[in-house]
Amino acid sequence: MDLTLAIIVTVVGASTPILLAALGELVVERSGVLNLGVEGMMLIGAIAGFVVQFHTGNPYLALFCGALAGLAASLIFGFLTLSLSANQTATGLALTIFGTGFSALAGSSYSARPITLMQPLFPAELATHPVLRVVFGYAFPIYFSFIMVVAIWYFLHKTRSGLILRAVGENDHSAHSIGYSVIGVRYLAVMFGGAMAGIAGACFPLLLTPQWAERMTGGRGWIAVALVVFASWKPFRLLAGAYLFGLVMTTELYAKAGGGPLSAVPSELWAALPYLATVAVLVLISLRRDASTNAPACLGKPFLPAN
Amino acid sequence: MTLSRRTFVKIGGLAAATLPFLGTKAFAQLETVKIGFIYVGSINDNGYNYAHNQGRLYVEEQLGDKVETVFVENVPEGPDCERVLRELAQQGCQLIFATSFGFGDSVVKVAAQFPDIAFEHATGYMPGPNIGLYNARFYEGRAVCGTIAGHMSKTGKAGYIGSFPIPEVVMGINALALSGRRINPEFTVKPVYISTWNDPAKEADAARAMIDQGIDIVAQHTDGPAALQVAAERGIVGGFGQGADMSAFAPETQLTAIIDHWGPHYLASAEAVLAGTWAPGNTWEGLKEDVVQMGPYNAKVPADVVADAEKVRTGQIDGSFHIFTGPINDNTGAERVAAGVVMTDAELLSMDWYVEGVEQPA
Repeated sequence: MDLTLAIIVTVVGASTPILLAALGELVVERSGVLNLGVEGMMLIGAIAGFVVQFHTGNPYLALFCGALAGLAASLIFGFLTLSLSANQTATGLALTIFGTGFSALAGSSYSARPITLMQPLFPAELATHPVLRVVFGYAFPIYFSFIMVVAIWYFLHKTRSGLILRAVGENDHSAHSIGYSVIGVRYLAVMFGGAMAGIAGACFPLLLTPQWAERMTGGRGWIAVALVVFASWKPFRLLAGAYLFGLVMTTELYAKAGGGPLSAVPSELWAALPYLATVAVLVLISLRRDASTNAPACLGKPFLPAN
Repeated sequence: MTLSRRTFVKIGGLAAATLPFLGTKAFAQLETVKIGFIYVGSINDNGYNYAHNQGRLYVEEQLGDKVETVFVENVPEGPDCERVLRELAQQGCQLIFATSFGFGDSVVKVAAQFPDIAFEHATGYMPGPNIGLYNARFYEGRAVCGTIAGHMSKTGKAGYIGSFPIPEVVMGINALALSGRRINPEFTVKPVYISTWNDPAKEADAARAMIDQGIDIVAQHTDGPAALQVAAERGIVGGFGQGADMSAFAPETQLTAIIDHWGPHYLASAEAVLAGTWAPGNTWEGLKEDVVQMGPYNAKVPADVVADAEKVRTGQIDGSFHIFTGPINDNTGAERVAAGVVMTDAELLSMDWYVEGVEQPA
């Protein structure tokens, strides 16, 4: 029982950054833009969050600055792909490479400097019992990620602005012809995605390992990108997917540490499982009769108004 | 100057006549030497790659104007490594250190294309006419750590985060288990392989997974201090720094550290290249040669435990103690090394089995 609860706590920690980054990317993709720079924006958010936490000791300010840094990085992407209509795939990849290098440079003088972790949101008296700890024992970003799942679902499906954003992603020329600013909407979506990736990145030094290490996000930005497809662009499926990925990544370690039948699975297979699951889901989706993947129709296509 | 055909033939003949006396390689004496280093991770990892880079800085400090060094960090183990090695060779490096096990295949390929450049491969096993091998006896440090772990662990269980199950890592796990069991016959080691040298979040989660299941000592053979930080957060008995002194990250928790001290080796190789006497060697040095050092003992390690650990350390320096001395059983109970027999270096470098007390990993 206690072990199960302990595993849940670790799963939540592992899933949260993926969920946050993927939620941002989901909104970006719903507006018709494919930003493959999530990993790079996460790293920029991570170093910004680390530096602010190191100098101020205020984790909320650190999280906020992580968001701002991710947003700033996303504006580079936005300017190139939206204003200059550059290829989104290539620009996104470039953003990841840039983010990796920039964060390493910015963090080079912060290597041997541990920071303090972000403390749980609720007072410790609420989380004395292990069961209560599973509910009340987390820091702010965990609760924030759940709130954002609901908020994004509500925004996309229940509000007029959400409808406009989806319209821009599904048929940019129609949205343009009835007077909506396609580029403006996409800029806002890209900036939101950048801020979410920045928060997700800042979670690494603030929640998981209180230090700065180059490439400390370890490729989880790519899992976030895959997850959006996996969830067929739906927020609640995204929540389930993020926790499934987190569970797989964590179960691997608990199984290996604890022995038992699961520990016989080779570690290479465990490491490949999230990606295999993504491929499997994609195949399943494409096998469905209507063959609709729910992908926004304009995903990845630059918008060039015919004037 | 133009060469007549006759002179050319004469020179060629002379060269051909001289060659057999020079052996296969001839290195000229040099005024200055340019040295290239490639690292698998970041020089700021506070661990393995940091330590190699400290070695590079040591050479610069010692040789001053006579040396120029270049380094490339975060080089993936694979085809990309070949490209980086070739670039360093074309930049005019006369000596190149490839500092990670997985660079081996690339070193062999590139070294064959640049026979005049001296290559040295850390922890490798494939020598060549211009490929030297060098390694450190990290397991000697593990034996010191294991002594402390055997004394201090209350649950008698240590967790060990490994990168990949290569002999280098297996040897360290075994050394920790053997030395822990000299103190506490019930002491066990649980290895968990995470398939990466550097993914702090995964290292931390692996540490959490092991701590949640009863271990109270953490050792790791990855490149950073993430596991030690988790050990500190959870307040378990302790852990060990690996590669470098990591006490800044867990001042209460790091019991001691294994410090890689490559400087003297790098200096010797650089001087040999300068003197024109470099020849591919195969060195495996440890505490005795100061290539492996121990970090300070934590204040919470009791004096008698420190004394025991020091006995193991000094015993390995004066040669009176070798952790891989029989009888050694493997973890199925079969005897692998007979009583009184010391395992040879070759046996150690190809070790692919676990000693008694190590749980079989996946």
